[in-house]
Amino acid sequence: MQRNPQLGEDGQLRHLLSIDGLPRDVLVNILDTARSFVSVTEREVKKVPLLRGKSVFNVFFEPSTRTRTTFEIAAKRLSADVINLNVATSSQTKGESLLDTVANLAAMQADMFVVRHASSGAPYLIARHLSQDIHVINAGDGRHAHPTQGLLDVYTIRHFKEDFTKLTVAIVGDLMHSRVARSEIHALTTLGVPEVRVIGPKTLIPPDVQKLGVHVHHDMARGLRGADVVMMLRLQNERMNGALLPSAQEYFKTYGLTPERLLLAKPDAIVMHPGPMNRGVEIDSAVADGRQSVILPQVTFGIAVRMAVMAILAGGG
Amino acid sequence: MVRVRISNGRLVDPASGRDEVGDLFVADGAIVASGRAPDGFTADRVIDATGLVVAPGLVDLGVRLREPGFEYRATLESELVAAAAGGITSVACPPDTDPPLDEPGLVEMLKRRASSLALTNVYPVGALTRSLGGERLAEMMELAEAGCVAFSQADAPFADLTVLLRALQYAATFDLAVWLRPEDSALASRGVAHEGEVATRLGLPGIPSLAETVAIATILLVARETGARVHLCRISTARGVSMVREAKADGVPVTCDVSANHVHLSEMDIGFFDSNCRLSPPLRHPRDRDALVAGLVDGTIDAICSDHTPVDEDGKDLPFSEAEPGATGLELLLPLTIKWGGGRPLPEVLRPVTVGPARVLGIPAPTLDAGARADLCVFDPSLWWRVEPSALRSQGKNTPHLGYELQGRACYTLVSGQVVFER
Repeated sequence: MQRNPQLGEDGQLRHLLSIDGLPRDVLVNILDTARSFVSVTEREVKKVPLLRGKSVFNVFFEPSTRTRTTFEIAAKRLSADVINLNVATSSQTKGESLLDTVANLAAMQADMFVVRHASSGAPYLIARHLSQDIHVINAGDGRHAHPTQGLLDVYTIRHFKEDFTKLTVAIVGDLMHSRVARSEIHALTTLGVPEVRVIGPKTLIPPDVQKLGVHVHHDMARGLRGADVVMMLRLQNERMNGALLPSAQEYFKTYGLTPERLLLAKPDAIVMHPGPMNRGVEIDSAVADGRQSVILPQVTFGIAVRMAVMAILAGGG
Repeated sequence: MVRVRISNGRLVDPASGRDEVGDLFVADGAIVASGRAPDGFTADRVIDATGLVVAPGLVDLGVRLREPGFEYRATLESELVAAAAGGITSVACPPDTDPPLDEPGLVEMLKRRASSLALTNVYPVGALTRSLGGERLAEMMELAEAGCVAFSQADAPFADLTVLLRALQYAATFDLAVWLRPEDSALASRGVAHEGEVATRLGLPGIPSLAETVAIATILLVARETGARVHLCRISTARGVSMVREAKADGVPVTCDVSANHVHLSEMDIGFFDSNCRLSPPLRHPRDRDALVAGLVDGTIDAICSDHTPVDEDGKDLPFSEAEPGATGLELLLPLTIKWGGGRPLPEVLRPVTVGPARVLGIPAPTLDAGARADLCVFDPSLWWRVEPSALRSQGKNTPHLGYELQGRACYTLVSGQVVFER
């Protein structure tokens, strides 16, 4: 089998494409670096010159405002020049191939690509066709991975819980279609979380997911019992009324996180969500806005984590 | 007429199990003797086969020649040259060309083009339904007269089970063979990889084993009911193999084949989204692969085919889900068959690429006996070679085996006594 394409021959991170297969010390290094950037983001002057003179291209083949914005902020705080391209609405519709688009952008002297694409694995294809010194960050590909989201989630957990090796973490919802969940699972298991549970109906739990090192629960109450961290997933609208689920109401009734259900978790459990939330579908407003919710800190830490990833990639290059 | 003496080769005959060193004599397109030359035989050409195997030419049940309609991917000539270079002397091609092979004129043209090239024998498989639309039956008797050896939907679905039932009833009326790809199109829709650990890990939409087993169950029930001769193309699951095994034991007139890729590879080979491993059916679990091998050993699976499906570079340089399924295979069938055989006796190893598929096709059993058509493959069983684009004559250069070292390569290929390829 091929070598993991995101690591250089020296073991340094060249691209961030997935958390799957990354060694623990690479993850810890990113989290530690992010911690140093959190203080930067709290200063009056929020810029550091680490990426001065570098060009970061946000190439989004699938529309997204929120993720693109956080990458843009992160790059700007590192003093990079940021170019945003919504390819979904330009050249791809004119029939240009993915690789032609990327070759054209590379010819514009990009140093780093932040890529989102609807097809799993697209960032691997792009990384393979770029020259050695251009770095790729996967900002979400199909159902496969969203590694910076996984990293900001474990950063958030470490901030509130510190020791990964004593935790029980429950991930609730549509695991089947979720790139966020896959990245969370790899981050948690790599960092030594002894019990990662996934909770959802059989239609939304992918086959053989236990091979990724998780325990599968279909009963919400049993899955939540004793959890230190509850990570909710967004339920996409198109999944709500079809062959996967009968209705949003029934989903909320069976898997929605309500204050009563949250009582089953540890008293000091934290509640996370990658956003954007469907209030009343996967999460009750009382929980989303409650004292155990760390959903807004997730967003803040997300910028520091993305800064850390960019700084490490550029520094190693 | 050309008289050829193939001297001092290792004569391997899967039909009889024979395996011994000797000479083989060919005249007027047929094998005339082995061992001692017939009286008065003077060779126009002598092929020194010392250290080489002399066997019947390979018969391949799954070869997309891409003509008509897809000449940018491959042409009849490029692929028949590749077949000859692979030691293959007979190929069956599915009807999913553009337009599909649903009219006698198209079939006659294909046959004529193929015979004017005078390379490998081409056996067209006609469309079972018009335009492969899955709704209205094609003119099977007309197509059979034009040269179709069987009828198939290729990868296209039936509109509903009534059409399958009627198609098999009609085919059974005239004892025509029906070849079917067992895949439930709804269960397989949008899937690109075997539904299991690797697809889950890579976030690829899955094709469950159920998509195949449900289809096999349905086809077997309808075959039993109608008595039609059914051949199942490209089975890929362990459960599928055991269903066919049981059906055969019950006397259902069913045969099946497997792609050479599936005998050797599994979902694990996808690695980091290698689009060369995007195949249809998908590469499945290693347990499925092991069951396919067991099915070959016990004869449940009648044939190994190349499932040759040339795809151009643009069709593969895409994210895995968007890449076109398929791989080049003609020149890999022989070495992959040898590799499957491991240490087993060579006559036995070659059965699923000679005697087995010939029986499915309904052509005389390939043999080295006197009187047989001189379709021969003379190959070096121990030569190692590296699979790379420049080593392949096919216009398709993509295969999951790119970069592999494989053992065994055709040195001479004879069709009706004519040398159509030599390396």
